[in-house]
Amino acid sequence: MPIGQFFAACRLVIVAGKGGVGKTTVTATLARAAGDAGLNALICEVEGKSGLASMFNAPAFGYDEVTLASGLGPGATGVVRARALTPDRALVEYLNEHGMRRISNRLSRSGVLDVVAAAAPGIDDILVLGKVKQLERLAAADVVLLDAPAAGHAITFLRAARSLLDTVRVGPIRDQAREVLELLTDATRSQVMLVTLAEETPVNELIDTAYALEDNVGVKLGPVVVNSVLPEVEGLELVEGASGPLADAAGFRQGRMALQREQLARLADSLPLPQIHLPQLFTAAIGPEELGTLANAFAERVHA
Amino acid sequence: MTFANLVTERSVIITVGSGGVGKTTTAAVLALAAADCGRRACVVTIDPARRLADALGLARIGNEPARIDGPWSGELWAVMLDAKKTFDALVDAQAPTPEQAERIKANRFYRNVSGALSGTQEYMAAEKLYELHTSGQFDVVVVDTPPSRAALDFLDAPARLTRFLDHRLYRLLTMPTRGPLRAVNAAAQGFVRTLAKVIGAEAIDDAITFFKAFEGMDRGFRERADAVAQLLTDQSTAYVLVASPRRDTIEEARFVAERLRDSGRNVPAVIINRMTPRFGAAPDEVVPSPLTRNLTELTTLADTEEAQLAPLFDVVGETVVVRVPLLADDVHDLGSLDRVRSFIFAGVR
Repeated sequence: MPIGQFFAACRLVIVAGKGGVGKTTVTATLARAAGDAGLNALICEVEGKSGLASMFNAPAFGYDEVTLASGLGPGATGVVRARALTPDRALVEYLNEHGMRRISNRLSRSGVLDVVAAAAPGIDDILVLGKVKQLERLAAADVVLLDAPAAGHAITFLRAARSLLDTVRVGPIRDQAREVLELLTDATRSQVMLVTLAEETPVNELIDTAYALEDNVGVKLGPVVVNSVLPEVEGLELVEGASGPLADAAGFRQGRMALQREQLARLADSLPLPQIHLPQLFTAAIGPEELGTLANAFAERVHA
Repeated sequence: MTFANLVTERSVIITVGSGGVGKTTTAAVLALAAADCGRRACVVTIDPARRLADALGLARIGNEPARIDGPWSGELWAVMLDAKKTFDALVDAQAPTPEQAERIKANRFYRNVSGALSGTQEYMAAEKLYELHTSGQFDVVVVDTPPSRAALDFLDAPARLTRFLDHRLYRLLTMPTRGPLRAVNAAAQGFVRTLAKVIGAEAIDDAITFFKAFEGMDRGFRERADAVAQLLTDQSTAYVLVASPRRDTIEEARFVAERLRDSGRNVPAVIINRMTPRFGAAPDEVVPSPLTRNLTELTTLADTEEAQLAPLFDVVGETVVVRVPLLADDVHDLGSLDRVRSFIFAGVR
């Protein structure tokens, strides 16, 4: 399907995966792909300090929205914006908007949220998700990308709405939780894209996370993104007994490719979801140019 | 300091780093090496990958040390941290009566704090370390820190829990509702009522009950937290930083190294896992082919990875950095652990 159609299917895309698999790179890639298709993308970060801004050659950002790239796509209409959502700031905003300005200052003072979150676990998550819901409702962008917390925490994070509905019986937090759950379980409004590497442990965790999210939250799972896939090359077969740098390098590459094929096949067997492979780039740092390459690869795979 | 010195001399080793960089593997390798030197070593892991856990026989290991048999001259023990059980044991030890301990453990607010509050797992890892270290049962305790948003959460955890117990809201919730203080308290009660509207009165009641049950115990808790914090900042405690050759994990390691340096401590070792190996230069006058292209690609990757490490050398000396190459397969048995170990200890074994 064309990339524009892919993003038009639902406005909110939640990107989740184990630490170290390149979740943030994938979030940036999706945003750039949307921008390159002339769309307006908004990235919401929840963990901070991710290095996402540097991939766009932009300075680090905070709660307030910044523009990371503009003038993208054939008509130069594509824009990528970003902001970091923190529970403290979301709480103040929420209280202010709901006529509780009087207590918002006291509540938001550093540390109070810890005590409140212990009394009603998930409240900090629901504040952030509530803010995301508001952005989705207001159609703040064509595509809203949520860079979710790392794997295990992602399940708790997305399940917060359901848990709070069980524990908080009345009041504004309950309403908030219900609306967030509506958003998460509506396949026309949101989907979760899981990210992994083609390696054993990340694949195992992805499979567990996928089933947990489907069973416990009821989200729609979009395609799985496999990051850093070593491109398959032919012509590395060696004559018996060959040695030296060329042979050693070929042997290493073949070993890694075989391991990768095995894991990709296992992933396909265990999880009936389409896979989108992003190539391993032979650079360690990702900047605007590399991001462009990844975004193209993503768009091609979605189109195929 | 070489790794050999590290595992033969130190009594507390803590591995710190971002998620997915191989902290657990590194901690297991260090404990194994210490046991091989004849020491009584205990490794504390948090949520290890399944196959690594199987390799170490961790499947049947819980919150109390279990001995792993093997061909080492010393002893190898392992603990798989259960944050909630560790917290429960702490409450049992600190409560003046068993009844008070039970009252606290049955409280819903406590169950939330011990199970879900961010920072609890980090603090309980530190608490477990303190318990094992002071037990006298081990010569060295190696702790694999929890995957956290920032590695520094671990160092800050004891202070954070103390702050939580010192909080104004805590005093507010436990204020008397009768007697001479009642008038002063009226405003506070208004605040609590508003809060109850937002998160529900039951949640507030649970919190008040918890804080009241906790009264009298906070001093013991605070002293314990201070002792744990002291062990974490002790000069003899060694922090081994673990990273992979990617900008974000290097940035994280650098951040921790700076923090340690600012508090007057050296970082004895940094391990960079999963580095693309080098295969040397292609022979001269070779015809371009998929083979040469492959070698060029892998060499470029190794070069760019190496360049990622540079910012770290501003903070830690280059000599403490150990590069472990990406292996052809996952680390999932004692054999592959041994291979990682041979790279870490290269030059001293």
